[in-house]
Amino acid sequence: MPNAAQPLRVAAPLPDRAGTGFKPEHFEAILAERPDLGFFEIHAENYMGDGGPPHRRLEALRALYPLSLHGVGLSIGSPGPLDKEHLKRLAVLNKRYEPGLFSEHLAWSSHNEGFLNDLLPLPYTLETLARVCDHIDETQEAVGRKMLLENPSTYVIFAESVIEETDFLKEIVKRTGCGLLLDVNNIVVSATNHGYDADSYLARFPLEHVGEIHLAGYAEAEDDAGQRLLIDAHDSPVRAEVWALYSQAIARRGGVPTLVEWDNDVPDWPTLFGEVKRADRAMAAAAAAKGRRHAV
Amino acid sequence: MPFEASIDAFSAALSDSDLPPPPQTRGRSGAPDAKRFAVYRNNVAVGLIASLENRFPVVRRLVGDDFFKGLARAYIAQEKPRDAVLIRYGAGFARFVAGFEPARELTYLPDVAELENAWVDSYHAAEANALTLADLASLAPESLGDLAFDFHPSVRLVRCATPAASIWAAHQSSDEPKAPEHWRGEDVLIARPLADVSVRVLPPDGFDFARALQKGETIGAAAATVTVDGFDPGAHIVGLVQAGALSAVKH
Repeated sequence: MPNAAQPLRVAAPLPDRAGTGFKPEHFEAILAERPDLGFFEIHAENYMGDGGPPHRRLEALRALYPLSLHGVGLSIGSPGPLDKEHLKRLAVLNKRYEPGLFSEHLAWSSHNEGFLNDLLPLPYTLETLARVCDHIDETQEAVGRKMLLENPSTYVIFAESVIEETDFLKEIVKRTGCGLLLDVNNIVVSATNHGYDADSYLARFPLEHVGEIHLAGYAEAEDDAGQRLLIDAHDSPVRAEVWALYSQAIARRGGVPTLVEWDNDVPDWPTLFGEVKRADRAMAAAAAAKGRRHAV
Repeated sequence: MPFEASIDAFSAALSDSDLPPPPQTRGRSGAPDAKRFAVYRNNVAVGLIASLENRFPVVRRLVGDDFFKGLARAYIAQEKPRDAVLIRYGAGFARFVAGFEPARELTYLPDVAELENAWVDSYHAAEANALTLADLASLAPESLGDLAFDFHPSVRLVRCATPAASIWAAHQSSDEPKAPEHWRGEDVLIARPLADVSVRVLPPDGFDFARALQKGETIGAAAATVTVDGFDPGAHIVGLVQAGALSAVKH
């Protein structure tokens, strides 16, 4: 019985190492190889059933690795109230699996029509800032811990927006005490889509509040004007410009738990683990460079 | 534009592809951009279709990818997930399939959808003890008729007017599926006492008996609902225990 007694587990905190999203199709390979990586991350909503194989696998995984719990459906960026039942389910998962980190998105996904299953954008105004902060306060209260909020990838912006995204995030941190999840691929996607400079966005980002970094691959399309439109597809290797921006981020920030996300067209385990090792090497190189700078 | 109104307009345009992109949204050119907004519409549709494809793989195989996508799109337009727990989305799909005019001649399709839906429910159901034959043997035989049982939370009983379980079983491997030997209704017991979900066709009269037991009736009262001569409740109880369907004796 998996829930009759908690199995012995590795400690909860995530090391400053790379990890990746747990996919059930990799379970056998992971158990057989016990790969040396920092942590696994799961989408909370996939574990909101009462029992069965998903929880059996996750208990086994959690006994071996630290875990990061990443919500994709709370809809913190909604004008309407948060789903109280969903908050309870998040609290239950946090209690049961003791993840080292818990994160959610600056986005909305539910409205009057129901759950729309996408991370949708919101305007940045004083009104939306207040609503988002109320929702984060409520979430941290319900789950009983500090959360990380992820910067979004967007395809459109809103005419009524009057606050820059990085300022919006800084103010949220100041008002709620939450931390941030820096998605480097999202920076590249949004910067390309809206024609601003990714380096300057990163320079404005409050890295001291970043508790985790996400890396992923994007897909490409075109908009009405024939301009390059990047799509946050999580279906391919991390791109060169994302690796470059990541190196900048960790050179300034230092090591931080870093997730390689590959959620669609999921590759075999060795391919995915190769990306994880690459992130670990980038982090080690940044730490070594920082050490050299401090030495002179 | 106030927050609520802005998201109302965004949300309405997501659900109706005849609407232009919301007027307050901006692409790089400083105007609403249809192709950019279409990415969001596509994400919503692709994500929900994928969750239905995962839940109903045999229905999909029976009708083909393109037909299934059309069916899924029609269902999504009518019924969005109530919340973010997508592993529960699709409970109304079988009923929708039954009323879907282009699939009217596929009489078995709603039954197969109902089975697949029950299979996923069973897969995610709570863990619980399952009675063994040894447990059963330890019960005093003279009082058996007065016993009632708690069912395992993963048990689903599905009555099909078509041989849906045989069709379902024939599509569990990638081999060319064989047609059912007999075209008749099947009563199905789905259970997951441990890690694996099992799908069994119940013997004649097993369904009414099992359903009465599941409602909390005693063995005696449940057997009384079966009108066939020579009905042997003991054999059916053993079958239910072997399937891992019973969790505890009620006290």
